[in-house]
Amino acid sequence: MIPTWVQLAYLAAAVCFILALKGLSSPRTARRGNQLGAAAAVGATVVVFFEADLDHLWLIIAAIAVGTVLGVVGAQRVQMTQMPQLVALFNGVGGGAAALVALIELEELTPFADVVPTFTFVATVFTIFVGAVSFAGSMITFAKLQELITTRPVIFPGLPVAFGGAFVAAIAIAVVAVVSPQLWPGVLLAVLGLVVGALLVLPVGGADVPIVISLLNAFTGLTVAAGGYVLDNTLLLVAGTLVGAAGTLLTKLMASAMGRSLVNILFGALRGGSTLGAGEASDRPVRSAGPQDVAIMLAYAHKVIIVPGYGLAVAQAQHSLRELVEVLDERGIEVDYAIHPVAGRMPGHMNVLLAEAQVPYEKLVEMDGINSDFKHADVVLVVGANDVVNPAAKTTPGAPIYGMPILNAGDAQQVIFMKRSMRPGFAGIENELLFDPKTTLLFGDAKDTMGKLLSAVKAL
Amino acid sequence: MNDSIVWLTIFVLSVFVGIEVVSKVSSTLHTPLMSGANAIHGVILIGAILVTGSTDSGIAVAVGLVAIVLAAVNMVGGFVVTDRMLQMFGKARPIASKPASDATGPSGDAA
Repeated sequence: MIPTWVQLAYLAAAVCFILALKGLSSPRTARRGNQLGAAAAVGATVVVFFEADLDHLWLIIAAIAVGTVLGVVGAQRVQMTQMPQLVALFNGVGGGAAALVALIELEELTPFADVVPTFTFVATVFTIFVGAVSFAGSMITFAKLQELITTRPVIFPGLPVAFGGAFVAAIAIAVVAVVSPQLWPGVLLAVLGLVVGALLVLPVGGADVPIVISLLNAFTGLTVAAGGYVLDNTLLLVAGTLVGAAGTLLTKLMASAMGRSLVNILFGALRGGSTLGAGEASDRPVRSAGPQDVAIMLAYAHKVIIVPGYGLAVAQAQHSLRELVEVLDERGIEVDYAIHPVAGRMPGHMNVLLAEAQVPYEKLVEMDGINSDFKHADVVLVVGANDVVNPAAKTTPGAPIYGMPILNAGDAQQVIFMKRSMRPGFAGIENELLFDPKTTLLFGDAKDTMGKLLSAVKAL
Repeated sequence: MNDSIVWLTIFVLSVFVGIEVVSKVSSTLHTPLMSGANAIHGVILIGAILVTGSTDSGIAVAVGLVAIVLAAVNMVGGFVVTDRMLQMFGKARPIASKPASDATGPSGDAA
């Protein structure tokens, strides 16, 4: 029997997790919320040693130490641009841990199959399968975001059949594992889970990957909840369910910020290449200019709007950009940053990246707040962004980003694109705005060009 | 009351709480919230510790230790990286008032 005070401690930790999620929903309380969650998790990890007489104590403590060091080093070292893939990785290992825990539990419960309720085995099998799906899916999303494999949808002819086959086989094996609990169907189920997870994520296009991370995050939450049921641990049940429910809602919110439905994201590519882009550079004529010309356009404008994108952060140009905006500010020019909800690689990612460069929070204007201002802007400076200002989202029903709300950069008097090349954006489609008569292109590495632009503006 | 019903009750209520607490999140915080929620499911660490500590089979202990390492990475790394993200949000504010000391700066609007 678990001591009462331990159960009460778990209850306290569960309440802290609820408050942590609540805190994370508002900018003012977010950091404290996260710290509360961390404190509760650490506290619960200490308390668990009092729940039962545990063997292998030193090995367990050593394993915790190894994981802690790996986690801290990874979290401290990661570039903020690479943060989405780190979250994917952390989510994947969590799912993997849940699947392994359930496999051990299946083996341990097998001798008592007659007295253990069937539903316990259902929950065990669920945890094994979904944990493996989450693990494999997260690893594929990691590889996509890290560009270890192509960011474009990966489709091969037999994919729907293979996916369907693996899924049906998994259900059959799951039934076997529940009816006559043994280790081997569990292991087989884990392997099938890995296959299903990989096949689920491979056809997803690069721009949609963050939403899949959020979905897999919710999956892992549910596996942890099921694991809690199996292990008779209320804290795991509550924490896992909270993450599962909150993660599902968050996935929905993200998808709607991009104007996409979840079904379309997951299975769109299978239904006839609707998320496929051309992925090739075009050789249509464009107008380009040097930093000097662009400096003059900026310095004599009254109102400038900056549209930052992932390319800005990859080139580490956000610090120079902030300086440029400060110089323009001193000249009395009104400058705002227009933040698309999915700028960067995840919703809210751009806010994190600009905050890192110490851009004042109040200069960042969300899309709904700024879209009507573009027509009053003299110059829009698009730095390392593409898809978020692509009019194809409004005009081309077949385009992968069709339906996504965009920033109306095209309404401004002049548009300047700061780009490394004519390569299309993450979604892999051409941007008609690049060929518009009022558009000027400033080619080059964003950091280098931004430095030149900054000194040119200062010299004026 | 039946034990399973108690568990079902906890589960269903937790679903509602989970949906309710994040329903008003601003899109600015989607990424940190996802990351924070991700860290919370790292409490599977507790499950990993429990199963590892109560088994005698050598293989199960080895697998359990792997699960502990993975879960600890998830939990600790998740909270640390979320804190790093949120720390930047906080830091951006005091800097915003810095230019005000040498010129009118952003506070000039109020004058």
